[in-house]
Amino acid sequence: METIEAVLRDVPLFGGLTSEDLALLAGCASNVRFEEGERIFRDGEQADAFYVIRHGTVALETFVPARGPVTIETIESGEVLGWSWLFPPYRRHFDAVALTRVRATGFDGSCLRGKCEADPRLGYDLMSRFAQVLIERMRWMRIRLLDVYGYEPVG
Amino acid sequence: MATSPSAEAPTAPGATAPRPFRVARRRRETKDTWTLELEPLQGDPLAAAPGQFTMLYAFGVGEVPISVSGDSTGPLVHTVRAVGAVTEAICRSKPGTVLGVRGPFGNPWPVGIDVGLDVVIVAGGIGLAPLRPVLYHVLARRDEYGGVALLYGTRTPADILYASELERWRGRFDLHVGVTVDSATAGWRGRVGVVPKLVAGASFDPASTIALVCGPELMMRFTARSLLERGVPADRIYVSLERNMRCGAGHCGHCQLGPTLICRDGPVYRYDEVAAFAEVPEL
Repeated sequence: METIEAVLRDVPLFGGLTSEDLALLAGCASNVRFEEGERIFRDGEQADAFYVIRHGTVALETFVPARGPVTIETIESGEVLGWSWLFPPYRRHFDAVALTRVRATGFDGSCLRGKCEADPRLGYDLMSRFAQVLIERMRWMRIRLLDVYGYEPVG
Repeated sequence: MATSPSAEAPTAPGATAPRPFRVARRRRETKDTWTLELEPLQGDPLAAAPGQFTMLYAFGVGEVPISVSGDSTGPLVHTVRAVGAVTEAICRSKPGTVLGVRGPFGNPWPVGIDVGLDVVIVAGGIGLAPLRPVLYHVLARRDEYGGVALLYGTRTPADILYASELERWRGRFDLHVGVTVDSATAGWRGRVGVVPKLVAGASFDPASTIALVCGPELMMRFTARSLLERGVPADRIYVSLERNMRCGAGHCGHCQLGPTLICRDGPVYRYDEVAAFAEVPEL
């Protein structure tokens, strides 16, 4: 059976981390599985974990009155699910639902924050990596805000 | 990489006088988009290469440029979105209706000079229509290419073009199909996100890839950036542009973009040849 450290080594987010750093991360991680349709977290809940999706698809949703649940984004294999564990007040802002069976590595946010505070070098490294992913997500979101298909002058 | 092949001479027969074509078949694709199959009332069928367009004339209403969306070895097929008086009239045309056709015009996609490369086809919204002939061409010669990916984004699940064909293509082992929508309500089990994100996650060898991109201009700009970030050379990214095309034959100048006329020198361009012009607000 593959160890969590070995699994983390293949995650793009953690690419280039030393074995020692991966071991530290693995100490806060566990393998998790969600069945199709299962709610991974809910809007307003305490955010004490994040996930690196290894297999499957997760829908990030919010409930819109008179419309029902609206999918904001889908998160797939290799991507990170959950940011609210990073900063106070550590509350979820959206619902996350497994669209398929999902296998993921789950991280205890409190455990990881503790290790980052104890080792600022690791903390800075991880924060830089998360910031890069967040910036990319924001870029996709900004493109969506443009509603590029609202008017299409294409023959 | 060679540049785009030259367009058919704009003075060819059919360039200035419309030929009558009868609507042979009509199929609804989405709530506002229809695909029409056209056959000439007389004379030879119209031979259009993937990426070329015709000026389609609804008699008594007006004329618009529409890309060919069918197999270049088959009948003339156009997919039209009803967004104005002329396109609405064309979409209302039932089998038997006669429409005028001028063309074909413009430079085609560079199919045939990309043998051996991975092919990444990126379409946004109705931009899938001008790229469908490329896919037909590539799939008919599948052994001549490396990996082939079709990445398609549109506004909502209800706006997906050629849904049954996409399903079929998705079932092939030699073609990667990625579909995403900008927004969806519960019940949609596919991706939600923008099409440039599909580029970031798709599997292809950037150094040996040719990318063909068509859709709204902003979508093409962001997609081209994603392709460049992945390492696809700028001279192997092709885009199809659209401006106010009127004559279709390079005479009137309505579709000028910088030093080029899109109807004559485009609509398919190498991205590095037009990127600077396409981002000037006044052009």
